[in-house]
Amino acid sequence: MTDNAVPLRLHIPQPVARPGDASRFDYLSFVPGAAVQRPEFDTPEPELREFPYGLIRVIGEDNAAWDPGLDPEMMRSGLRAMLQTRLFEDRMFRAHRQGKTSFFMKSTGEEAIGVAQSLALAPGDMCFPTYRVQGWLIARDYPLEDMINQIYSNEKDPLKGRQLPILYSARDYGFYSLSGNVGSRFGHAVGWAMASAYKGACHIALGYIGEGTTAEGDFHEALTFASVYRAPAILVITNNQWAISSFAGIAGAEQTTFAAKALAYGLPGLRVDGNDFLAVWAATKWAADRARANLGATVIEFVTYRVAGHSTSDDPTKYRPADEPSHWPLGDPIERLKVHLIDVGEWSEERHAQLESELTETLRAAQRAAEAIGTLGKSKPSVAEMFEGVFKELDWRAIEQRREIGI
Amino acid sequence: MATMTMIQALNSALDVKLGDDPDTLIFGQDVGYFGGVFRVTDGLQKKHGMQRCFDAPISEGGIIATAIGMGAYGLRPVPEIQFADYILPAFDQLVSEAARLRYRSNGEFWAPITVRSPYGGGIFGGQTHSQSPEAIFAHITGLKTVIPSNPFDAKGLLIAAIEDDDPVIFLEPKRLYNGPFDGRHDQALKTWAGDPTAEVPEGHYTVPLGKAAIVRQGSEATILAYGTMVHVAKAGIADSGVDAELIDLRSIVPLDVDTIVASVTKTGRCVILHEASRFGGFGGELAALVQERCFWALKSPIERVAGWDTPYPHAFEWDYFPGPGRLAKALKRTMENH
Repeated sequence: MTDNAVPLRLHIPQPVARPGDASRFDYLSFVPGAAVQRPEFDTPEPELREFPYGLIRVIGEDNAAWDPGLDPEMMRSGLRAMLQTRLFEDRMFRAHRQGKTSFFMKSTGEEAIGVAQSLALAPGDMCFPTYRVQGWLIARDYPLEDMINQIYSNEKDPLKGRQLPILYSARDYGFYSLSGNVGSRFGHAVGWAMASAYKGACHIALGYIGEGTTAEGDFHEALTFASVYRAPAILVITNNQWAISSFAGIAGAEQTTFAAKALAYGLPGLRVDGNDFLAVWAATKWAADRARANLGATVIEFVTYRVAGHSTSDDPTKYRPADEPSHWPLGDPIERLKVHLIDVGEWSEERHAQLESELTETLRAAQRAAEAIGTLGKSKPSVAEMFEGVFKELDWRAIEQRREIGI
Repeated sequence: MATMTMIQALNSALDVKLGDDPDTLIFGQDVGYFGGVFRVTDGLQKKHGMQRCFDAPISEGGIIATAIGMGAYGLRPVPEIQFADYILPAFDQLVSEAARLRYRSNGEFWAPITVRSPYGGGIFGGQTHSQSPEAIFAHITGLKTVIPSNPFDAKGLLIAAIEDDDPVIFLEPKRLYNGPFDGRHDQALKTWAGDPTAEVPEGHYTVPLGKAAIVRQGSEATILAYGTMVHVAKAGIADSGVDAELIDLRSIVPLDVDTIVASVTKTGRCVILHEASRFGGFGGELAALVQERCFWALKSPIERVAGWDTPYPHAFEWDYFPGPGRLAKALKRTMENH
């Protein structure tokens, strides 16, 4: 033992505020001016190493370099899909409270990510989603009624009652099958991207993982494979500050940024304002251009905030200040895009109110149609479906067991 | 017809598939330039190119996740896990993803992957190079588990597995890689030369998954075995003097229950032989099936001969290993009781 030995202490990270404390976000450090200029997409990774520590923002910033210069019509499409997503989720959350489904999760405050990326990527690209990017489907006009049928597990559920609500699969919309295991599809995105490269195709993969899930081996395995084989993939970390009740520090955010985890793999890492529709788009486009040029994967951390609870089973006021969402410094993605469109003369409060009314009516109609089929427990696919699709062909177990229950 | 070892037969299967299907590719630790630590992929990279057979990081979870993604794209990857003992880091990918992808997506996505992995004991590999994990895969609905016992089957089953649209765990009994194990560890290893099952066609053929082989006809008892234990069973039958019917299951999922039931109904006795630990092993499922379907034909209790319920012990390998002596005793017991 050395003479100056002192008892060691175990560090347990704690968030800056708990219920009853004043809400604070001063732990989020953004280096002023860092990583503002948009580099060419083929810039070598060693020249991009400030980007994981900065924050790419467009709306409200004097940051023309990253402005994707979107056509106003496209911005309005994005606004529409984000708004529809929020209205949809509010309605489905209420449906859960009314006992029409067993479970639901909202992406409130994070709508820009799924929506902008859905619109920015091409048909034929494949998204390997988390449960908070259903905006991807809405942006691509996936039928709302089918989404609700899945949530209600009713007779017309596209997944035949086999999956928890919101764990969609929609191949034709570039949306890979969701699983309840967090992170387990991150590597599938890399494998899919490698297959695209192997086949000489031009499609890229987009993988999502939450900031808490970066602690899983899947994350590190996926980054290793993406780096080693230069997979044409965009690997997104949605840092919404909370993994159920564990704050981002429990996943390592006290030590570095999530985008900076890319550095150890020799991958470019971009840290982006995830509540800025234009910044999400711009970063996605940059990474997509890089992937399509055979330059490999990019890691993007979207800094955002989970306004709602983790799921319908969760009460966030038990572990964070109740007013924390209103103190989030990067604003609301829908409001920010709306104001931006109004500022550039392409939108108005009246048109917005009218849009909201139209979307609400569309949603009502879809919900009515789904409820006519039935809600959870009132309607379900044929029980014979329970035995289908385990293997490509039914084996004797399925045949015998189906017979055992009389079907 | 050429005589091949099991290693050569497996290599030939992979060579055939790389040759006839551009969507088939192989990757795993050391499989590329070096040709695999057991040489199963020897020469394949040189013949078919870097893109078709390449090395992977030491990351079993990453290998299987990547393979699933490739499978979802439309390829037929054949990843190798260097030892089945190391498959556990990839277990979540196999259980939660590969096995369920078709089901949960209502057929929108599936994972036509074939995970090759050497398994089993008898080579002084200690705890981490000797395990037989087949039961844990058999329990996972959505995975197929295939285990060959000779070179002819190894090639035909592997080609069938690669061409199958469901995920297959293909366990290769490494005790049999270079020659048929005669069940007697204190004797020199035989070579495959002269064994009819080592006559392996050069080209494409399949042995269907889910069809057991009756290795030896018999009238007094039925032995259910697979992999290395098929060879142990042959020795045990010879030692026992019992006219036993020997069934090589070849795959435990899908399971050829009809052949099992027909045989046990005929013989009235059943001895189950496997290398894995007995408690909760696949023998339990086999015993339950036989009991359910053949109870009134049974003349004596079903016997299980299996590895002991300890981790695979290095110095005690041949004490742990269910050899022909233990099988012969079980066979005699099943005859003596009734």
